[in-house]
Amino acid sequence: MKEKVLNDFKELFQAALPQLELGAPQAMNQFRKVCFDRFVELGGVPSHSEEYRYLNLLPKYGEDYNIVLKSIMPETPIKELFHCAVHGLVSYPIIAVNGWYHPENSTANLPQGVICCSMRQAGEQYSELFAKAYGKCSVQAEKDSTVWLNGAFAQDGVFIYIPKNVILETPIQIINLLQANSPLMSYQRNLIVLESGAQATILACDHTLVHEKFLHNCVTECVVADNANLDYIQIQSQNSSATLINTVCTEQQAVSNVQSIMLSLYGGTIRNNQYLKLAGEGSHCDLYGCYLLGGEQCTDNFTRIDHAVPHCTSNEVFKGVMDGNSLGNFTGSIVVRPDAQKTEAYQANNNILLADTARINTKPQLIIDNDDVKCSHGATVGQIDEEAMFYLRSRGIGADEARMMMMAAFAHDIVRRVRLEPLRNKVATMVEKRLRGEKVGCESCKIACNK
Amino acid sequence: MLKIKNLHASVDGKEILKGINLEIKPGEVHAIMGPNGAGKSTLSSVLTGREHFVVTEGEIWFNGKNLLELPAEDRAREGIFMSFQYPVEIPGVSTVNFMKTAVNEIRKYRGLDPYSSAEFLKMIRAKMALVGIDSKLLNRSLNEGFSGGEKKKNEIFQMAVLEPKLAILDETDSGLDIDALRIVASGVNALKTPETSSIVITHYQRLLDYIVPDVVHVLYDGRIVKTAGKELVAELEEKGYDWIKEEVNGK
Repeated sequence: MKEKVLNDFKELFQAALPQLELGAPQAMNQFRKVCFDRFVELGGVPSHSEEYRYLNLLPKYGEDYNIVLKSIMPETPIKELFHCAVHGLVSYPIIAVNGWYHPENSTANLPQGVICCSMRQAGEQYSELFAKAYGKCSVQAEKDSTVWLNGAFAQDGVFIYIPKNVILETPIQIINLLQANSPLMSYQRNLIVLESGAQATILACDHTLVHEKFLHNCVTECVVADNANLDYIQIQSQNSSATLINTVCTEQQAVSNVQSIMLSLYGGTIRNNQYLKLAGEGSHCDLYGCYLLGGEQCTDNFTRIDHAVPHCTSNEVFKGVMDGNSLGNFTGSIVVRPDAQKTEAYQANNNILLADTARINTKPQLIIDNDDVKCSHGATVGQIDEEAMFYLRSRGIGADEARMMMMAAFAHDIVRRVRLEPLRNKVATMVEKRLRGEKVGCESCKIACNK
Repeated sequence: MLKIKNLHASVDGKEILKGINLEIKPGEVHAIMGPNGAGKSTLSSVLTGREHFVVTEGEIWFNGKNLLELPAEDRAREGIFMSFQYPVEIPGVSTVNFMKTAVNEIRKYRGLDPYSSAEFLKMIRAKMALVGIDSKLLNRSLNEGFSGGEKKKNEIFQMAVLEPKLAILDETDSGLDIDALRIVASGVNALKTPETSSIVITHYQRLLDYIVPDVVHVLYDGRIVKTAGKELVAELEEKGYDWIKEEVNGK
């Protein structure tokens, strides 16, 4: 199958190249061939490589999909396309459909100097800025062929630029929607640039609008300059036939701060790649994640934190609850370079298995080339604490409700990190509903994600 | 109210309770004392339905219900409450959410409507004042990072909120200084009514200086070997448990 898929891709790329290049920024086009060649050199779609040991993507790529090489927006007006279910959340909503920036997105109220537009527009209008940042962070993922594949096929996405010392009080909400009436393979590329001293909250939401089969490959690069502060939250709630390959590559300069929260609530197969390079002294990152799985779902979180310079700290906590026949994977790689003394890096991955048929693979990977570091990692796989269960039951709380409270509490350790209060409250409710096996309450959502 | 007949119970195949007989009437306070390893905590665990403990023989009746047929939550809903010797810390579950869930689950069992948020808060404020607990505690995770004294006070607060018919205080005095002990005891006394009963399980006299028992039992080697009035407390404090052990073993 591997050969066939690779040959199909070769044919597709050859045939599609003129259309892929049409209207796309030069900075993207000039790397397309390089990207595709790297994809081929790495053997095409990953099946059993080190990074994809517990997730074989080949069966997903072996199926038939359409690919649409130009922007086709749904006929539904943008305002009716999606209603965010988070009450009280004030944000700048930016919609992308099947990887394309919606032309009717309004960015009129953004503070002066802040840019939010399509990648295509950014490549034209801010070509210098764009060319300087594009592809800078994603090289961290050079061993991952899906990231190269994205570089070959991506034509659009969201571009965000926060100028020097600008504090963006209101979050920008990137709403990634997938909509099609036949199986669809799509690509999206986002680029987020925070200049020196800038601060921003970016919320990314992944949704499917229909019960169709999707194979979406999204790469987001975050360039975080010195003293900048990025609060990144991604909430994934897709249908069970969807496959999402989501890569976030971040590079941080001196004394910068990044907090990232990856919440996988629903989906078919979700692969999250998070690459983060601490490239400036005194920088700090917190990487949090929570995955709640049931049925035949699979979520695979792959993280790699690169301590490239001294005096940086990183903290990583991922938690998962697996039910049914679901599969959770976690790989947490921490690299401490020879020069990166006084590094502090902490990592934890805690899991609860609710069914005998649910599975988790958890793998810490520490590559430490310096003696002067503080590193710790720990992984747990367990059931719910019986002593705590008894305590709750001894107060009249039924066993099911008590179990529910324990699971919500387990996940709350991640949910509580969400700084936006309306979002935090909503996420807590969504997590609880999810754990109760109910549909995640996006009121406007026409499909139930748990079907 | 509570009738225990010839109760035998084991843990991991080892028999701990070897035939307990005990009857408690409404309004009574019973103290159960005894040396370490006598089976005091096993008795409270069996009464509250901890699954690790296996009853091999005997019966427990609570207000006409066969307690051994009920799961732990139903025993609580019937009105049994235990103040834990080691209250469990549960990060992520706020005290207020926990209490509200517990109260409303009990009300549902009894065929009552759940409290509205306003009613619940009003009720819980009154109980906090009664036990002397800080309102900041409500939004904190259950017992997380609480001192020993705070944990025990929180147990009594829960008892005040749940209004049990039978309260079991399992070594509530352990780990408490004298001030905390006094506060906890006065909370327990304030909650006492002619219809409610208590079992005070303790190793020492000091808690019983504040919560005065009507009946005192000595538990030794899985059996109640002596039952008397409150004067027994002073005698035990003075002479220890050895004379009882000798009495029993000499028989």
